[in-house]
Amino acid sequence: MTPGDRHFVRFKPYQRAMHLVLFTSFLGLAATGLPLMFSHRPWAGTLARGLGGIQAAGVLHRIFAVMLLTLFAGHVAELAWRLVRRREHGVLWGPSSMVPQPHDAAQMWQHILWFVGKAERPHFDRYTYWEKFDYWAVVWGMVIIGGSGLLLWFPEFFAAVFPGWIYNVALILHGEEALLATGFIFTIHFFNSHFRPEKFPMDMVMFTGQVTEQELRRERPAEYERMSRDGTLDTRASPPAPGWLSLAGRVVGGAAVALGLVLLVLILVGTL
Amino acid sequence: MSARFVLAVGALLVCLVAGPAPAVAQTAAAAQTPAAPADDDCLACHGDSSATRANGSSVAVAADVIAKSVHGPLTCVSCHAGLAKTTEWPHPETVEAAACSTCHGQEGRNYDDSVHGRAVAKSGLAVAPRCSTCHGTHSIQRPSNPASSVHRASIVGTCTKCHEGIAPLYAKSVHAQPLGPDKSAAAVCSDCHTAHRIQRGDTDAWRLSVIDECGTCHLQRISSYRDNFHGQKTTLGSTRTATCSSCHDHHVILPASDPASTVAPQNLVATCRSCHPQASAAFVKYDPHADKHDRARSAPVYWTYRSMQVLLLGVFAFFGAHTLLWFPRSYRARRERRSAAAAKEDRSS
Repeated sequence: MTPGDRHFVRFKPYQRAMHLVLFTSFLGLAATGLPLMFSHRPWAGTLARGLGGIQAAGVLHRIFAVMLLTLFAGHVAELAWRLVRRREHGVLWGPSSMVPQPHDAAQMWQHILWFVGKAERPHFDRYTYWEKFDYWAVVWGMVIIGGSGLLLWFPEFFAAVFPGWIYNVALILHGEEALLATGFIFTIHFFNSHFRPEKFPMDMVMFTGQVTEQELRRERPAEYERMSRDGTLDTRASPPAPGWLSLAGRVVGGAAVALGLVLLVLILVGTL
Repeated sequence: MSARFVLAVGALLVCLVAGPAPAVAQTAAAAQTPAAPADDDCLACHGDSSATRANGSSVAVAADVIAKSVHGPLTCVSCHAGLAKTTEWPHPETVEAAACSTCHGQEGRNYDDSVHGRAVAKSGLAVAPRCSTCHGTHSIQRPSNPASSVHRASIVGTCTKCHEGIAPLYAKSVHAQPLGPDKSAAAVCSDCHTAHRIQRGDTDAWRLSVIDECGTCHLQRISSYRDNFHGQKTTLGSTRTATCSSCHDHHVILPASDPASTVAPQNLVATCRSCHPQASAAFVKYDPHADKHDRARSAPVYWTYRSMQVLLLGVFAFFGAHTLLWFPRSYRARRERRSAAAAKEDRSS
């Protein structure tokens, strides 16, 4: 194997598993929730009947919600553990942190200049600014949609604390934020991660966990150089992903993207 | 062999044998029997005001009443079609019911499918109303004619002849108040229950479909109901969710300003508790008719919606532009990469 053809681990199995649970519950929530939001559209009735009726769709929606909330709680617990017990301050700052940092703003501007041919492509590190945006959009979405969803799930319980009009607000927040989240994932995230010509039709990294050396040098030169310098590059080297994993990734990922696009069409039909 | 199969085969055989028979009979009748009786033939007996059945009940027909009715231009046998072919005079006391649906087909089909029609046809309920129960017989007028038993001003009286218990409840309701240029009641029975497709009030299908009946007048209320949780769920067929009458009651529908109303502020907790047993004074501050476009009615909802619109617009505008700029650049990058790889291969080969 020539040096440029080596493979490196970008995402560990548990991280890929989290993404799998994340998009499964996300798609499930979207498919079971959108009929209610677009109840006045003919497709909403068809979809609700296909899910076993609106009552069954509601039960499924709550099951997916518990799945996603559990995942989110698990992620927060993991971060807390890494920060407090293992004293990994890199969680909060530095190249492996998801926290937005000044260089993210600078790189975003340089990236836009690169789009129009006025600058070099930025030397991205492990996480780019648009990936951080995706990440924080999920956190924000979890708080807004998860919070309003819990209010709507247990209205009588929360009425001990909140006045009833909070449910009117929660219903608007829940729906509009869901439109933002689904609309964003099914267009912007799909483009950034999968559909842009350099990645088309699909970036397999979140399924196989791996990138090739060429990809790593081209896409994340700062990370490549940093890991070469401090010697961590070799510890990340890995044999190529097995064929079955790539195939499974293509099938599952392809199905998820296809479902997302179908839901996107329904949203557009419903909104326009 | 199941009993059902035997029945089906039997029915099929009967159809095959009997099918062509009426046509044959009709042709024969046309050829052999005298013409159908004219109105004068009928009135020869029925025009006598003292004409009675064997049991003494009157069979007198007032020709002038029919002449003034909407059916004035018709002949007797137009409706009493069964007598058109009768050869035996005087005809038997029991005759076929008037054939209203020959002309009023849609109304007939709607009626057949209604609780009234099914009570007659399926349950054999003798007291269930037929056409004439509501519309009268020889004196039938158009519904727009004030003399009609189904004119807006009379329809409540017509229905409550049987539905006696509803009369005092309805009389209290806001729907019984006069409204509009003709000062008739705001809503009469048929406005909500339809004229002919009347359904049982306790079926799920009716509970869901009556929402739209309310909505034909309460346009803004139906739109805000459909825009909120209860209405979204019932639109998709949920039968476990509040419809109009769950909160506003039926028949005794009163405005919120009336202390006896189920939606009067002091009664809301009790009303909501019929579905939400733990409902509290805070809980009932929920507005099932909140309107995100109406700042005066629903300020928190209005401002939440506006803020979310700004957020959505901002995010999609920024990332939309970002994507549109990125696409051509990424496309060029892909081509550059491919041609670089091809050049490298050329050099190495």
